[in-house]
Amino acid sequence: MSFIAKPKITHPGLPRNSIGLTLRDYEGSMSTLCAGCGHDSVSSAIMQAYFELSIEPHRVAKVSGIGCSSKTPTYFLGGAHGFNSVHGRMPSIATGANAANRELQYIGVSGDGDSLSIGLGQFSHAIRRNVNMMYVLENNGVYGLTKGQFSASADKGSKAKKGEANSYSPIDPVLLAMSLGCTFVGRSFSGDKDNLVPLLKSAISHSGFALIDVISPCVTFNDHEGSTKSYAHTREHMLETVYADYVGEHEEIIAQVKPGEYRQVMMHDGSRVGLRHIDENYDPTDRIAAISYIEKHRAEGAVVTGLLYVEEGSEEMHTTLGSAPGAMSEIPYEKLNPGAEALKRIQGRWR
Amino acid sequence: MKSSNSSDPDHFHRVVDCQWGCPAHTDVPRYIRQIAQGDFTEAYLENRKSNVFPGVLGRVCDRPCEPACRRGRLDEAPVAICRLKRVAADLSDDIRDRLPPKGKSNGKRIACVGAGCASLTVANDLLPLGYDITIFEQHDKPGGLMRTNIPSFRLPAEVLDDEIDLIVERGVDLRLNTRIDSMKQLLDEGFDSIFVGTGAPRGKDLDLPGRNDSDRIHIGIDWLESVAFEHRDSIGENVLIIGVGNTAMDCCRSALRLGGKNVSVVARKPRGWFKASAWELEDAEEEDVNILVNHSPKSFVVEDGVLKGMTFDKMHYEIDDNGELSSAEVVEEIFLPCDDVILAIGQDNAFPWIERDVGLSFNKWDAPDVDDVTHGVELPGVFFGGDSAFGPKNIIWAVEHGHRAAISIHKYCNGEDISDRPARGMNLLSTKMGIHEWSYSNDFEDSERRQMRHVELTERFKNIRIEVELGFDPEQTALEVERCLNCDVQTVFSEKLCIECDACMDVCPVYCLTITEDGDEDDLRQRLRAPADNKDQVLYVSDALPQTGKVMVKDENLCIHCGLCAERCPTGAWDMRKSQLKIPYANKTVEEKNINVS
Repeated sequence: MSFIAKPKITHPGLPRNSIGLTLRDYEGSMSTLCAGCGHDSVSSAIMQAYFELSIEPHRVAKVSGIGCSSKTPTYFLGGAHGFNSVHGRMPSIATGANAANRELQYIGVSGDGDSLSIGLGQFSHAIRRNVNMMYVLENNGVYGLTKGQFSASADKGSKAKKGEANSYSPIDPVLLAMSLGCTFVGRSFSGDKDNLVPLLKSAISHSGFALIDVISPCVTFNDHEGSTKSYAHTREHMLETVYADYVGEHEEIIAQVKPGEYRQVMMHDGSRVGLRHIDENYDPTDRIAAISYIEKHRAEGAVVTGLLYVEEGSEEMHTTLGSAPGAMSEIPYEKLNPGAEALKRIQGRWR
Repeated sequence: MKSSNSSDPDHFHRVVDCQWGCPAHTDVPRYIRQIAQGDFTEAYLENRKSNVFPGVLGRVCDRPCEPACRRGRLDEAPVAICRLKRVAADLSDDIRDRLPPKGKSNGKRIACVGAGCASLTVANDLLPLGYDITIFEQHDKPGGLMRTNIPSFRLPAEVLDDEIDLIVERGVDLRLNTRIDSMKQLLDEGFDSIFVGTGAPRGKDLDLPGRNDSDRIHIGIDWLESVAFEHRDSIGENVLIIGVGNTAMDCCRSALRLGGKNVSVVARKPRGWFKASAWELEDAEEEDVNILVNHSPKSFVVEDGVLKGMTFDKMHYEIDDNGELSSAEVVEEIFLPCDDVILAIGQDNAFPWIERDVGLSFNKWDAPDVDDVTHGVELPGVFFGGDSAFGPKNIIWAVEHGHRAAISIHKYCNGEDISDRPARGMNLLSTKMGIHEWSYSNDFEDSERRQMRHVELTERFKNIRIEVELGFDPEQTALEVERCLNCDVQTVFSEKLCIECDACMDVCPVYCLTITEDGDEDDLRQRLRAPADNKDQVLYVSDALPQTGKVMVKDENLCIHCGLCAERCPTGAWDMRKSQLKIPYANKTVEEKNINVS
């Protein structure tokens, strides 16, 4: 970490979004992560996405667990709400917060340790409930905070910094999520913001659980030769399959693409996501085909990126539950808590 | 676009806006750091290397460095560079034993005409090499326009005397009260080389009806000179100054100190077209000088040999979309009463002492054609500098002319080609001290520019020798030095180390870094993270990066040199390296070659 805080001074000609904010209004504190950490780049992409969507920081709630990745919500959107929870328990906190106030935008930031080891059950059930949130899984294949042991997402045969190879099969969060019925699944790379930022914007506008698995290299413990999650290895083996191009509600589509290679998915809020199929054989709305495509390429060592699966018109948690519209904080206390008499009447129905 | 050639000394020199903007290329950030460390003597010597008169220039420099200062482009005021220079001069120890003594005589004799800043600089540079320098001065004191045209309430005579002594006392043959009346005679005296530094001594006149009917109509620079030499110590109560340049400012403020009560500066054009420096205008207005705009002088009104006033055409100007004056019309005629008029509408060169058949061609301004690099003229061995070379400029330009002419004279006397100029060099030295520690103060100081303290208005008119500006106090100095952005601590990039993690781009507070596909300059400028529309500032473009083949582009325009890019770089691809421009002088050529990106 640096001894100085990032100076407040900035470029006087910095662009402003439609609510008059600059990118700097989406910053948080100075990062204390290692210099060159992929997570810092993901934080920067998240700031860019909220900035471009002109979402006011205080309309966002950031939740996280434990780990290098889970520290990062401190480093973006300083004006947002936040909760740094117990290891692996962020999905429960997010579910509860979302149940109480459905008016906020939820972003959960987690890592491969937090989500795929200690929190795997929590992760699965949040997907199953289709909680309306963006879940960013910053995936580096190692436990960085405890000095670089292999995590559950480390590829078999991938080498640690001192040379030993990983002997277990990895859990692939993308395939896991798709098998659990996740309604929005994407994968990207911290070193490719051209791909990551529009994917984040699409995920934010998705109604339901949107998982983005971001390969985010650990520059200290997993950026060497032999690692399958280094900057160089990821760049070499990345296979961009579907490019998600977020299109705002009132924007015109400018991209010139051949018919058949481009389609739009209507999002819940009236915005659209344009999907440009870089591989024309890929259909991101066909779950079974998508799973087999990803499996096939994984076996070949390729890291398939892009918006890999999206379910149009997905039903998020509140719709399924039929819960009251609006945030609970907006409901008058008398209505929210009808009192002991009302409770007695309700209990009476089961006597 | 082509990747940047950072081994060209000009590349990183351009990033140091103040130094690039200074005609003499004084290493401003370096001496500001020396002041910050309390090393005033070193700061003074650093200044003196390039500008020779730090005490004088710390008060009255035209300050081309300040409008150039990067802080001015960050939506705020530039660093008070000139004021800090004065701090170094005021607090420096005696530096006499730090200056090179006159060298063993090499038998060459050089004549300098006029003891102004250009001639004194020539002497300063050539003395250590063993030249015998003779300076001819028409007045009884040296200093030229620094003494005659700058009033002592802005530049005390002691400061000027001290800095001139530092040169003269090392063995210059200074001949005062010696006016050169003939170039031919001078040529016949057998000097090995002649330097002409006679300034632009002729104030422009205003040929209007009544001009010759009164002796109360004065030429500005002549009037200032007579005040400086105490030949004149009073003026009427009502004074009109015609013209609105820096000479007019000196005239009006001097008039207030000689008995003027109602002093007006009259300008022909609106405010935006004034020639005076903003700060000189400000100081005059603080002293309650009236500034009248859009008054075009028409005639002097003299009744029975007594000046009564002047008539003016009151003008109305149209300003077009480009901000230019497009049309002018006379609205009315105005009479302004006055006792004295001072004309401060410019100066010309004048060479009545140079015979027109001496072998020099004269241009349409009746001045010799002077080469702007060598300062030579058609007569071999004769050089011109200061205002006498290219018309009125300022002290710092005259000093730079002196340095260049000294190089030419040295080459000429050694039989070398004067147009073969010695090259500049550039040293780069890493400032890295620890993992996140640098040998310069990299944090951004967001305080506003400190304001100069002045002598109270009630006190300052009592005597024309009371210096109005008090200089910075220690607190002001301590804060102002921190405002300097250390633009000479360069961000140096080594592409082969870059892993494209984006950390530098993400942390940069002014968004000056972008990793992107290569393109030509105009195209690249469109694709950077923040607008890069200041084309006076270069783009620093790398070669192709190892992993993606993209390029790293840095817009040098607004970088605040905080070093965070280098702190957040995991591989040391960015480093903060202190650049030091090596400027050749007659007595010191640059031997060190560039130490550059390893």
